[in-house]
Amino acid sequence: MQRRTFLQNTVAGAVLVTASGVGLLNPRKAQAAWPKAAFAAVKSKDSVKALFGDAEIVEGGITLKAPLQAENGAVVPLKITTSLPNVEEIAVVVEKNPFPLTSRLKVFPGSGGYFAVRVKMAKTSKVYVYVKAGDKVHVAAQEIKVTIGGCGG
Amino acid sequence: MARTIKMKIKKSGSEYRVLVLVKHPMETGRRKDKKTGKLVPAHYIETMTFSLNGKLVAEANMGTGVSKNPLLGISLTAAKPGDKVSIHWADNKGESGSVESVVK
Repeated sequence: MQRRTFLQNTVAGAVLVTASGVGLLNPRKAQAAWPKAAFAAVKSKDSVKALFGDAEIVEGGITLKAPLQAENGAVVPLKITTSLPNVEEIAVVVEKNPFPLTSRLKVFPGSGGYFAVRVKMAKTSKVYVYVKAGDKVHVAAQEIKVTIGGCGG
Repeated sequence: MARTIKMKIKKSGSEYRVLVLVKHPMETGRRKDKKTGKLVPAHYIETMTFSLNGKLVAEANMGTGVSKNPLLGISLTAAKPGDKVSIHWADNKGESGSVESVVK
């Protein structure tokens, strides 16, 4: 348990230091803050809460294209498409990863409801995709089986 | 240190899809160096921004859960031939890079 807390603390510390470093070097980028709390959360529901607050979560409206079984957990390709109107954000959460939130895309006018990314998966897990559109958050999920884990080597 | 970054723009129906690949280790901070037995410090891209003709259209935030040499894809709904697409990335160690391309 102690080792785990130590790891978490170091990661949190590292993130803090770099956040300020990047801010100093590039003030223009500092305004677009990296969502530290969401990425540092170890439970997927905490990540979701950090990103979307208490927004209502409904199912459907999203197509997640992913393999049923991943031979190599280090590279699992995901393709997300949605035809929902007013997409603002797309987040990819791997439930059983040490840090479940892998990535999120903020969509501004000019880009659309499509996000492709390759994620690491520690073990067989459900992958959740959250899409914020208007004042609702939509979700799609798929379980991906992993034969070789991709976290920690 | 410059890292290789590749970018591709493809037409898909009425929109354009941008694919970008950055050669980056995306270290989680949990992996041990096999020789020294010490943890390799976390090193990963945090933010990648996509701009169309200088206007920000999308911003991706990544954690350590994104694969090594990240390959990202987004769509552009309002692009037309001749438009300039630029991408900028920054990681947790202050490294950054960018690439620019024109929609064909």
